[in-house]
Amino acid sequence: SVGQGGPKCPSWDCGGRGGGGCAGQIRGLCETDIISTVEFNHTGELLATGDKGGRVVIFQREPESKNAPHSQGEYDVYSTFQSHEPEFDYLKSLEIEEKINKIKWLPQQNAAHSLLSTNDKTIKLWKITERDKRPEGYNLKDEEGKLKDLSTVTSLQVPVLKPMDLMVEVSPRRVFANGHTYHINSISVNSDCETYMSADDLRINLWHLAVTDRSFNIVDIKPANMEDLTEVITASEFHPHHCNLFVYSSSKGSLRLCDMRAAALCDKHSKLFEEPEDPSNRSFFSEIISSVSDVKFSHSGRYMLTRDYLTVKVWDLNMEARPLETYQVHDYLRSKLCSLYENDCIFDKFECAWNGSDSVIMTGAYNNFFRMFDRNTKRDVTLEASRESSKPRAVLKPRRVCVGGKRRRDDISVDSLDFTKKILHTAWHPTENIIAIAATNNLYIFQDKVNSDMH
Amino acid sequence: TMLSKGLKRKREEEEEEEKESLAVDAWWLDPGHPAVAPASPAVASSSLFDLSVLKLHHSLRQSEPDLRHLVLVVNTLRRIQASMAPTAALPPVPNPPAAPSMADNLLASSDAALSASMASLLEDLSHIEGLSQAPQPLADEGPPGRTTGGAPPGLGALDLLGPATGCLLDDGLEGLFEDIDTSMYDSELWAPASEGLKPGPEDGLGKEEAPELDEAELDYLMDVLVGTQALERPPGPGR
Repeated sequence: SVGQGGPKCPSWDCGGRGGGGCAGQIRGLCETDIISTVEFNHTGELLATGDKGGRVVIFQREPESKNAPHSQGEYDVYSTFQSHEPEFDYLKSLEIEEKINKIKWLPQQNAAHSLLSTNDKTIKLWKITERDKRPEGYNLKDEEGKLKDLSTVTSLQVPVLKPMDLMVEVSPRRVFANGHTYHINSISVNSDCETYMSADDLRINLWHLAVTDRSFNIVDIKPANMEDLTEVITASEFHPHHCNLFVYSSSKGSLRLCDMRAAALCDKHSKLFEEPEDPSNRSFFSEIISSVSDVKFSHSGRYMLTRDYLTVKVWDLNMEARPLETYQVHDYLRSKLCSLYENDCIFDKFECAWNGSDSVIMTGAYNNFFRMFDRNTKRDVTLEASRESSKPRAVLKPRRVCVGGKRRRDDISVDSLDFTKKILHTAWHPTENIIAIAATNNLYIFQDKVNSDMH
Repeated sequence: TMLSKGLKRKREEEEEEEKESLAVDAWWLDPGHPAVAPASPAVASSSLFDLSVLKLHHSLRQSEPDLRHLVLVVNTLRRIQASMAPTAALPPVPNPPAAPSMADNLLASSDAALSASMASLLEDLSHIEGLSQAPQPLADEGPPGRTTGGAPPGLGALDLLGPATGCLLDDGLEGLFEDIDTSMYDSELWAPASEGLKPGPEDGLGKEEAPELDEAELDYLMDVLVGTQALERPPGPGR
């Protein structure tokens, strides 16, 4: 299904609503609106975003209709709720940020949708239900709910359900608190749909979705003396099919695949994936740029995708010694590492994503650029998420960063890149060529209408 | 004071710093800059070293340091320090050097002390964090991963993390008071009359002026760090 006589180069356009601006520009420039996570649900019908102010906004894809072909399949706001509030830890005299670090959807098991959202310390399970009918014709209450005068009730009636405007109700069903001393960086729902894990800098806990007062510690890398601390956990994920396998990445650039059947405390990995340092590229910053900021299993479960500061790498679960493929995201930054260290940009944590068929990978960069790499054709493209390039139905134009030498007209030079505009969070629809890009406090949704089927 | 308890929104200010464009005054790479000329690797290393020490401090001054950032900065600092070490191994020069470089001063006064203080800083961090941790398994309960008593049948040898409230007095009353020790936060790390470095809030990187640390300030810094630790327990062995 790959590359042979396939559709031509995908053209991405902004799925804007007709007549308005780009469908994505939902919010103004308030700092609490900075989007901190983006996640499609398992069907792609819903898209959840979390922000720095602790809010979750869920978008729903409009069903396609032949009557209005231009607005088919676009995302509108479905529900907004406050997931986390700032808290004060009186014991340590510090404030716990309400920023949503991660959202993960649970597989849908009935009419309701459920998701897990987490800040630095507390994970919450939210249930999202729809109400589009209400009962009318009570015997004892009137329309406003006031009790009727019983002497006026002369006959019995059966209340009937009448349609009403759709109401989306969100309620917190579980609060998983006090499980983490350090900052939670990842959550991942197990394929068994009963358990999930949460990872902080030094520990990973396993929870049962129905049990909030206890969790099981499955990884603990905290040294006996904190003086010996040299490595932290940066990301973690369950295998999509094998409920006993999970992977976690570290600040030293290693990946550890663990099997929960092997031991209760999975401190001994089953497999260790690590690429030896390239001696020609060695610098003081080698470790920092090797720190893995995100790890994602492929949909097939055969591969893992990792993001470090300058590259994305595809790993084969059967090969521990080195990655299968390495893609340069912005190698032109290699000579700027000193400056990027000075202003802390070198510590930015970018996420990465697979498309539904695991043939294309995507990750964000600076200047509101994001990059896609086709694993089969080995072609890559740089696109920009910006208001100018995102008029409704405008097709995104590939961008190029020039590093000296011949410069084309629309190229951007490395020195004019805006490092405050970083695309840290991206998500890809599970089956279609639809991507969600978070650019600070703006959400962009791009669709490849030409090639809407996966190839 | 530089840091008040419960100071909110530190990250806000950090992000404001980042919002300034990347017109970084990379003075240590500029061969014309007096602190850099001659642009030898040793001087560049020592400037990176200073920058890293500043970052380490900045990180530790946060009410809740970002562990990943902290660990990466400390590891980078160790790399830089390791690369500077060979100069310390040179035999003493018969004539005193005309203008001792910053690097030599640093090495002469602080090698072991810096390692000890960095180690102690990290250890101190664990004390601050320690009170809301789940109870650590005691030595006689076997290796981590064993249940504490009363595990429901069928759960097997799994470590249980109960609610954190039980561990308030795990270290006894002393543990409670350890948390209240604010010397880490309240000490004036920079003398008010220090040159070249404004001790303003969130201004630690001092981009505008060359962050030259003169020897007296660096020694003062080391004394404070090492001295602070001495109040609680002897500093660990240097690494």
